[in-house]
Amino acid sequence: MWSRQRGRLKPLCCGVEELRCRRREREAALRKARREQQLVSKRLLRDEALEEAEEGCVAMIFGEAEIQQFLQLAQRGTEEKEREGALVSLRRGLQRPETQQTFIRLEGSIRTLVGLLTSNQALLQLEAARCLHELSHSEQSAVVEACLPATSYLLTYLSGHSSDFISPHLTVLEALGYALSQLLQAKEAPEKIIPSVLGSTLPQHMLQLLQPGPKLNLGVAVEFAWCLHYIICSQVNNALLITQGALSTLGLLLLDLAGAVQRTEDAGLELLACPVLRCLSNLLTEAAAEAVGGQLQLRDERVVAALFILLQFLLQKQPSLLPEGLWLLNNLTANSPSFCTSLLSLDLIEPLLHLLSVSNVVSVLVLTVLCNVAEKGPAYCQRLWPGPLLSSLLDTLAFSDTEVVGQSLELLQLLFLYQPGAAQAFLQQSGLQALQRHEEVAQLQDRVHALQQTALHG
Amino acid sequence: MQLPPALHARLAGAPGSAEPLPVERDPAARTAPFRFAPRPVRFPREHDFFEEGDVQRHLYLQDVLMQVGGAPERPRVPEFTCQVAGCCQVFDALEDYEHHYHTLHRNVCSFCKRAFPSGHLLDTHILEWHDSLFQILAERQDMYQCLVEGCTEKFRTSRDRKEHLVMRHLYPADFRFDKPRKSRGPVMPGAAEQVLAEALGDDGVPSEGDAMEVCSEHVEPPPVPAGERRAYSHRIPSTICFGQGASRGFKRAKKRNKHQ
Repeated sequence: MWSRQRGRLKPLCCGVEELRCRRREREAALRKARREQQLVSKRLLRDEALEEAEEGCVAMIFGEAEIQQFLQLAQRGTEEKEREGALVSLRRGLQRPETQQTFIRLEGSIRTLVGLLTSNQALLQLEAARCLHELSHSEQSAVVEACLPATSYLLTYLSGHSSDFISPHLTVLEALGYALSQLLQAKEAPEKIIPSVLGSTLPQHMLQLLQPGPKLNLGVAVEFAWCLHYIICSQVNNALLITQGALSTLGLLLLDLAGAVQRTEDAGLELLACPVLRCLSNLLTEAAAEAVGGQLQLRDERVVAALFILLQFLLQKQPSLLPEGLWLLNNLTANSPSFCTSLLSLDLIEPLLHLLSVSNVVSVLVLTVLCNVAEKGPAYCQRLWPGPLLSSLLDTLAFSDTEVVGQSLELLQLLFLYQPGAAQAFLQQSGLQALQRHEEVAQLQDRVHALQQTALHG
Repeated sequence: MQLPPALHARLAGAPGSAEPLPVERDPAARTAPFRFAPRPVRFPREHDFFEEGDVQRHLYLQDVLMQVGGAPERPRVPEFTCQVAGCCQVFDALEDYEHHYHTLHRNVCSFCKRAFPSGHLLDTHILEWHDSLFQILAERQDMYQCLVEGCTEKFRTSRDRKEHLVMRHLYPADFRFDKPRKSRGPVMPGAAEQVLAEALGDDGVPSEGDAMEVCSEHVEPPPVPAGERRAYSHRIPSTICFGQGASRGFKRAKKRNKHQ
């Protein structure tokens, strides 16, 4: 179920160090692009891929007649090679915006593409899917919108086969998910595209494709999880998604992921974990998530267990994704005495403290979660004490980052308030000295003084 | 990061939530200068918080796209023919055969031999085309069920249903529902007439009446009365309809070269 069919890897023609260097460069380029809000621009994705894959082939601009010719050849050619070749040529042409425009204006073109996508020739299906890829890459919203009906239609068709997915279908499904994720990233998506998507049966199909079970395919799930993320973080109508069972599906998927992570070594599971964590975290902020009656709420304690297993996995595999996991933990525990109790009863405080050395962002989040627990009162603080918490706090007070220290001060105050003996122990462990170094920091002064007073005078 | 051993057992255990410890807050907790209050946080699309994950996602996509150019390897077997009576398609890869069988032979109507992409659509077809009771009931109530599984809407006519599919489920506007052809097996007399009657619709839209049929062979367009404009024939090649339009007996002669 979790096995991922990887495409054939290109032969290595440079050393490992060079690869690492190139990857760092690519990362830097992507980071820069995102800050300039250009990450959505498909150019970035394409330019690098083009150079390698097409080896300098220049994409031509095709007119109506040529496009029609390609389409007809693809549909009716007698030789399979001929039909595929026509689609390959078409795909190359579709890299040009002019060709894209002509294509969508040509009557029946999308429909023909859909017909090829649902044909019984696997290789034609794939090439047609790649054409759809190209169209969904477009920077022109008209082109991108023209793809949307095809997507819905195709999902319906493919969902009809859900009882018995076979490989070419899976690849097409994955391609579809990817194309849809591109559509949903467009600037005008929240106003134009997402409302139509929410009004169709697409969300239900997407959730279906995310159901854990023997038929779950990682590649497909990754694409549709990202689709869901783009929809949810656009905050158009998340309540609707909740009524369609998004919380429970994603929760179950999280459990499944945690199980998979324990079993397999290196399957790219973090690719799925990231959007799932994001979707759950954002959905939990919706009023609908708090609905009375229990059905719409995420209550299962196993979610907390799963999350920690994933945190451990992320720590090893992709530490940069730890904040996303901790974000979910915050949203789970903020207003839930039950989940806070789970943290205590499942002995998860110590593992949490272990994360304090990773980075400032992670530390702030860990301390915030601990505050979520501590602020619920003496019964909770009692379970946080004694133990490694105090020495961890003394460590974080030695940080120079103001936010980390600030959050540590908040936690200290709660402990002093609800746990008798905490202030005393703090004093005995040279806590005052630890506080002293922040006496002059503007954002921290008041709280430092207040704590000093409490520690000394009770 | 050491996790308590019982955690894995908990994950594998039964669903349930912890009985919460009693909550008891002191108002002094949120007094200035202290300001902590627990709250769920939401991040919108463009937030910097997502930068890291987005970058990782795009790195992955770049890798995938670079591999798109390569052809996937497929295991080959000695050529064999499809065993279904009347089908002579040849294969040299199991995957292709699986796909072929699933698409063309699995959900076949035993009355008229049309093939459908799914059991659901086959059932709908049988009901609408081969059930005389359906015809009778359809005269008095909404019997045409929406084709999308999970949608419970019913309609008086096939055309109304099609309109619903286009408007609600975003199907292409001139999506073709049917492929009426020369009668093969026993078809209820009413159904055939119904098909023709709808074909004479004044909006020039091609005839309706059938569900998502799989075309398993080259089929001629339905007989249209003289003088009736063939509005659709040039737009949709007859070999393409929803589903599969491959001609029978197509022999896969090409052997893909693995080493390119």
